[in-house]
Amino acid sequence: MEKAHSKHNWKSNTLPALVTVGPLTLILVLLVAIPLIYVVVMSFCSIDQYYNVEFKFTLDNYKRLISPDYMKIYGQSLLIALVTTLLCILIGYPFAYIIARTKSKKKRLLYMLVIIPFWTNSLIRIYGWRTFLGNNGWLNSILQTLHITNEPITFLYKQGTTVLGMVYCLLPFMIFPLYTALEKLDGSLLEASSDLGAKPLVTLREIIIPLTSGGIFSGSIMVFIPCLGYFFVSDILGGGNSDVIGNLIERQFQSGNNWPLGAALSIILIAVTLILVRIYKKMGGDMESLGV
Amino acid sequence: MKRQRKAKCKKGISIIFVTLVYLFLFLPISVVVVNSTNATTTKPYLSWKGFTFDWYIKLFENDELLGAFGNTMIIAIVSTILATAIGTLGAIGMYKYKFKGKGIIDALAYIPVVIPEIVLGISLLTIFAKVNIPRGMLTLILAHVTFSVPFVIFNVRARLAGYDNSIEEASMDLGANRIVTFFEITLPVLAPGIAGGALLAFTLSIDDIIISYFVYGQTKTYPLKVMESIKSGVAPDVNALSTLILIATIGLVILTQSGLFKKKKEN
Amino acid sequence: MGYIVELEGVNKIYGSNHVVRDLELKVEEGEFLTLLGSSGCGKTTTLRMIAGFEEPTTGSIKVEGEAIEEKEPFERNVNTVFQSYALFPHKTIFDNIAYGLKMKKVPKPEIKKRVTEMMELVQLEGFEKRYPSQLSGGQKQRVAIARALINRPRVLLLDEPLGALDLKLRKQMQLELKRLQRKLNITFIYVTHDQEEALTMSDRIAIMHDGVLDQLGTPTEIYEQPKTKFVATFIGETNIFDGQINDIKGSDISVVIENGYISGRGDGFKTGEYITVSVRPEKLKFAETPQEGFTVPALVKDYIYVGSIIKCIVSLPNGNELKIERLAGEKLPDIGSTIYPYWNREDAVLIHNRDNMVFETIDSITFN
Repeated sequence: MEKAHSKHNWKSNTLPALVTVGPLTLILVLLVAIPLIYVVVMSFCSIDQYYNVEFKFTLDNYKRLISPDYMKIYGQSLLIALVTTLLCILIGYPFAYIIARTKSKKKRLLYMLVIIPFWTNSLIRIYGWRTFLGNNGWLNSILQTLHITNEPITFLYKQGTTVLGMVYCLLPFMIFPLYTALEKLDGSLLEASSDLGAKPLVTLREIIIPLTSGGIFSGSIMVFIPCLGYFFVSDILGGGNSDVIGNLIERQFQSGNNWPLGAALSIILIAVTLILVRIYKKMGGDMESLGV
Repeated sequence: MKRQRKAKCKKGISIIFVTLVYLFLFLPISVVVVNSTNATTTKPYLSWKGFTFDWYIKLFENDELLGAFGNTMIIAIVSTILATAIGTLGAIGMYKYKFKGKGIIDALAYIPVVIPEIVLGISLLTIFAKVNIPRGMLTLILAHVTFSVPFVIFNVRARLAGYDNSIEEASMDLGANRIVTFFEITLPVLAPGIAGGALLAFTLSIDDIIISYFVYGQTKTYPLKVMESIKSGVAPDVNALSTLILIATIGLVILTQSGLFKKKKEN
Repeated sequence: MGYIVELEGVNKIYGSNHVVRDLELKVEEGEFLTLLGSSGCGKTTTLRMIAGFEEPTTGSIKVEGEAIEEKEPFERNVNTVFQSYALFPHKTIFDNIAYGLKMKKVPKPEIKKRVTEMMELVQLEGFEKRYPSQLSGGQKQRVAIARALINRPRVLLLDEPLGALDLKLRKQMQLELKRLQRKLNITFIYVTHDQEEALTMSDRIAIMHDGVLDQLGTPTEIYEQPKTKFVATFIGETNIFDGQINDIKGSDISVVIENGYISGRGDGFKTGEYITVSVRPEKLKFAETPQEGFTVPALVKDYIYVGSIIKCIVSLPNGNELKIERLAGEKLPDIGSTIYPYWNREDAVLIHNRDNMVFETIDSITFN
């Protein structure tokens, strides 16, 4: 009897569980867990004179991480990420509020219009900005034609341009979670608040923002973290004057060819990610809302 | 009267603000579209030399660019199919069954979403190098499956949240075995979530640069081809191809959306 | 043997949670049996074990004499009506009802014929092409029943099928279900927490409490002769007295309670035993002076009018309240007056107290 039961259990549970979760587990273990562990291991490795990775334990890579040149770039990268995130909130919140709470039938269209730019490759769009802002670019042509300026103004290759590119690339990631949060917001709560004597701004502060803070948090995570790694944005728009941590890593894996140092640099990004996710969860953030 | 005027004013400001944001989002795209008709033939292809459709013809003579675009499509389609199948099954399995290590799998699934792409890219590069998998189509597909699987899981899971398990029991109660139940009930009911996940996976795949950048070897994708040409100036045929892709996707959206609306009404 | 479903020594344990304990239940062919109890009593788990969605931890379940614990739900000739209806949201009403036949690979023309018949039976003609989301609660309910009946099961399991309907619709559906059951002559095993529903519809009721089958009997038996304190309080309103037997003369039993003596009639009790006495409000009488065997005074506190019935609330010196029920217009004592409640001895139900052991242990402790 007992034996028959356990056999039945196998049939009804273990096998389906294996078939469904098995392939996923394989992918996540072989292509996420093991590679990341290997990066950690590599960050403690040294290289020989031909830049081959040697499995000899060293802390040199970490010592190099705290060199003043690098420190400057970390600071710059964090500053760019912070400013980008704040700008995304400032633009994204009112924007998401307006399209989420519109009663117009065009709501779906308005939402789709945020997604459509994604279907043009982000690299090409960023290059589009360069074409627009360059010394011979559209903006300067317009300004000169209108005689607002005689000499072309240099817009490119500044930290500001990198921030612009980052905001451009990442704004939708702020808008999506905010839109979801604001759409769920029960309209009768706003009516109740104003019924009880709250002016619109008070309602915003007391009701709307607290109830949609989850969206703000998840949007901020989705903007801040990628910002540290988007090396191509600062490459194309910042022209080497506004490197982010991603540029440092990219260089070690391509031209610099010092993989262990690149691995150690990636540990910084992993650490920042872990800390931010920790804070996000502490504040009651829902991991699921980061992905949808 | 005063209230009406105030409301109108508010509405006006809203419309202006929203329009400005859309302008911001679409500005570089309009640059791309306009530049695809630029008659200039000298690098870096920036100054306006008049209007032409030549680039749309020349595009089809540029085998390298077309090849890269073909690679992008192959990788996107294959990785989307794989990621959708693996992610959907995984999400269902995690929802239905209890087993040891579930928490770990759950945590691992979040990593590709939150970690900067560059970290995922270099970690895959190092492991592929370590186990001597030659970089190329295979590594690109594996990488794309890895970063898109979690998005499929989350989409399917969102659908599962409103899922009534008893419809599966009802199906089995009425004589359908597990496999029939899966195809007759589970899959169709979860279909919108699965489709959403697949669409996201596809979009992420065709747009990806950073991760592909580290694992491509000799197989260049369309974004990588663009990246390569950026130093010398992006030729208008690249812009022409982008414009065509944009038009195709918008057309597809209009088609499917209108189809969806019709179905909605029926329901 | 006439038994269509037999549960023998069935236990269900989830971790440390013993949900169903040593359940013995034999269901007769063609009867309407109700599993009644409050939430968490194990009634739904019992139903799900018969359906095959749960496996008993120990024990056997037989349908038509054949052990089925090893069978998958789709191999069992029983069908279920789910509490949430569990209609397939992506299939039309026709396809929902046809599902069971499709699984049996019945030819299409016959499917069409049988589904049409079934839709007539549950009065859903004309809804074939709709989707579940376009139906009202009552209509969904009918679809769920039709879908479960299409395979002509020997036993239909119903898990609180009317729970989501409003009162009026529920009353109507109760009658319809009963009509359907008589007409099709199928065995119904029906789970509910609503005692009134159970009393109206069932041939027999099985009352479950904390995973244990407290009592199995006809509605009249359950109402008139509850075997446990739980059954007495769960079915209908009643007045409960806990006390100790101080004297037995033949079948007449005298019980001492906190504020005096009360009496009842019964067999198989011992002097000194702790028991529970249950008296229905409509059986309660009152007098201005103590009656023979009844010496408990009570203060009249309030009246409640419930349609054609008046309830009188009286309180005992220890604060416990009793309810007396009369038809409107009958004479009742004034508020504030003191009365002595009593009853015909045979109207009281005497129940062995399960806590006897506890009391005996407490009694045996000697204080210095």
